[in-house]
Amino acid sequence: MSQAEQTGAGVPAIETDAVSKRFVNTLDLAARIARRLGADVVEEVVHAVDRVSIRVERGEVVGLVGESGCGKSTLGRMVAGILKPSDGVIRYKGRDLAALEGREARQAALAVQMIFQDPFASLNPRMRVADIVGEAPLYHGIVGRAELSDYLDEVLRRVGLDPAFKRRYPHQFSGGQRQRIGIARALAVKPEFLVCDEAIAALDVSIQAQVLNLFMDLRQDLDLTYLFISHDLSVVEHISDRVVIMYLGRIVEAAATEALFAEPNHPYTQALLAGVPRLDLRRRVYEPVKGEIPSPLAPPPGCHFHPRCPHAMARCRQEVPALREITPGCWSACHLNDG
Amino acid sequence: MATAGPTLVVRGLKTHFFTRAGQVKAVDDVSFEVGRGEIMGLVGESGSGKTVTGFSILGLVDPPGRVVAGEVLFNGENLVGLDEERMRRLRGDRIAMIFQDPMMTLNPVLRIDTQMIETVQAHREVDHAEARRLARDALGRVGIPSPDERLKAYPHQFSGGMRQRVAIAIALLNRPDLIIADEPTTALDVTIQGQILYEAQKLCRESGTAMIWITHDLAVVAGLAERICVMYAGRIVEQGAIDGVLDRPVHPYTRGLIGSVPSHNPRDGGRGGRLFQIPGMTPSLLSLPPGCAFRERCPRADDACAVDPEITRPLAGREVRCFHPHLETAA
Repeated sequence: MSQAEQTGAGVPAIETDAVSKRFVNTLDLAARIARRLGADVVEEVVHAVDRVSIRVERGEVVGLVGESGCGKSTLGRMVAGILKPSDGVIRYKGRDLAALEGREARQAALAVQMIFQDPFASLNPRMRVADIVGEAPLYHGIVGRAELSDYLDEVLRRVGLDPAFKRRYPHQFSGGQRQRIGIARALAVKPEFLVCDEAIAALDVSIQAQVLNLFMDLRQDLDLTYLFISHDLSVVEHISDRVVIMYLGRIVEAAATEALFAEPNHPYTQALLAGVPRLDLRRRVYEPVKGEIPSPLAPPPGCHFHPRCPHAMARCRQEVPALREITPGCWSACHLNDG
Repeated sequence: MATAGPTLVVRGLKTHFFTRAGQVKAVDDVSFEVGRGEIMGLVGESGSGKTVTGFSILGLVDPPGRVVAGEVLFNGENLVGLDEERMRRLRGDRIAMIFQDPMMTLNPVLRIDTQMIETVQAHREVDHAEARRLARDALGRVGIPSPDERLKAYPHQFSGGMRQRVAIAIALLNRPDLIIADEPTTALDVTIQGQILYEAQKLCRESGTAMIWITHDLAVVAGLAERICVMYAGRIVEQGAIDGVLDRPVHPYTRGLIGSVPSHNPRDGGRGGRLFQIPGMTPSLLSLPPGCAFRERCPRADDACAVDPEITRPLAGREVRCFHPHLETAA
């Protein structure tokens, strides 16, 4: 993990080391004056991501799962370089992203690309497909202007779009096709790592299958590594090698996909898996998890899950459980494992 | 009011939209029944006409749309062409609707109690205190903690899942015979979705309310419904008991749809395997070719499919619109 072994094998593609992201709602002038005068106003701080460490090995697909507000998108955006972490280090192939400069920083930024959830909001409606996909590779000198047209044809064909469409605008495409344009835009700069943030959530079922298949084909053909963020456990189970479960800014469990789905360790993972509707379970009696997801503005002390956990003990209300390796490759943050 | 027959019978329903660009057959010859206490899953992708079917039952289709044919028998009474005053009395009383976005049900500038008491008093002659008691009970029934205090809150003070519960509580207020639920859990998280599904099941079991659960999610319907109707381009292409349809789908579209769902699926290639994919995309209802609407995406299509397929009953209790249903695996 040191700088010395930066190109060697065994270095993960992406590694985050105790990364945190806090969003602070700073006080405006009136509130600051009020505080001077003794009013009880404080800055609101959201700990969107709280000391999270993940590793994604090269060629691996890691599924990142959690419910709204758990920080999975914020973590994905930090990995993709869109947000800067408040604390902690993100390493790309063993090198601290924040310490890179100039050409190296640009290359690292290009190597990690992001696919967004909303295929309507993530494409500029006033640009033609050729410009959306072609702008970045041209700017970064990946292709010359003369070869651009052929290059675009190749990229569009790879994602299953007819190159004849490249003079069109985004509104002339269906949701599934727009998502393919977004994928083509990411691929055009020859990335090694894709962060897919709910990339298929907005699509119809039959189109979801098409795009999932495309992701798997691209992984094989281009040797890509994925951080696949989703709330849909069935999709994550299908595509991922390893799964990381987050709850209110922290990782609660991380394990190989088979192991996690066969024997979930953390009570939250167990509840989550029990709640997933499945095709093969008919007229089941749902046994809901009690309570709601707490506000990230005021998370409960101790283990964040304790107000909803059926096994909560006194210790869970005070002490934050550490993420520990329970069995080889299976990490879980729960006090029950100490018993 | 309750009769011995099914709560709802829809026969040959056609709802068309007369737009400048042409006539859109959003719902085209749809027939189904829902019995007392039964949950019927109405499944389809965007634009398949499932929501318009729900709106047509409630008489909520606005111009340029119009129900052009068919009948909707609710406890034996035909709702198509019913006068607006009678319809208003049924809506929110005997038939209720739950929308995907609870803010379509809730008025953002009124407190929950105002909205709920209004719903009760619109249909029943009860005093304010009694209406309030009914509202509180309904909130309690859908699992909202401390309902007395929550009655005084505004919609924005609730989370998404809680808001959807309030919308469901309003639907329950007058103990309707039929609830039409349009994607009520699509926007919710898994653990919250589980809670809502639990409440829906309990309600139908305990009060005999019939429910139409409109969704695109086959897995939700698998766990909830007794019967399923699969819609494609304005038509029900396959309907039957949930086990039969999911375990042995005979319409090529149903098969394709089930094959597209990852995991725990006998038809997919296992973890990391390729999912079955239906080629192409859902057709525009404006330029629908004559004949079977699925034929351009269907692996089994041939010249016969250029004619509209009629409903056939290839298996007991199953209705299919297809010339070439998958019956070979019959053992």
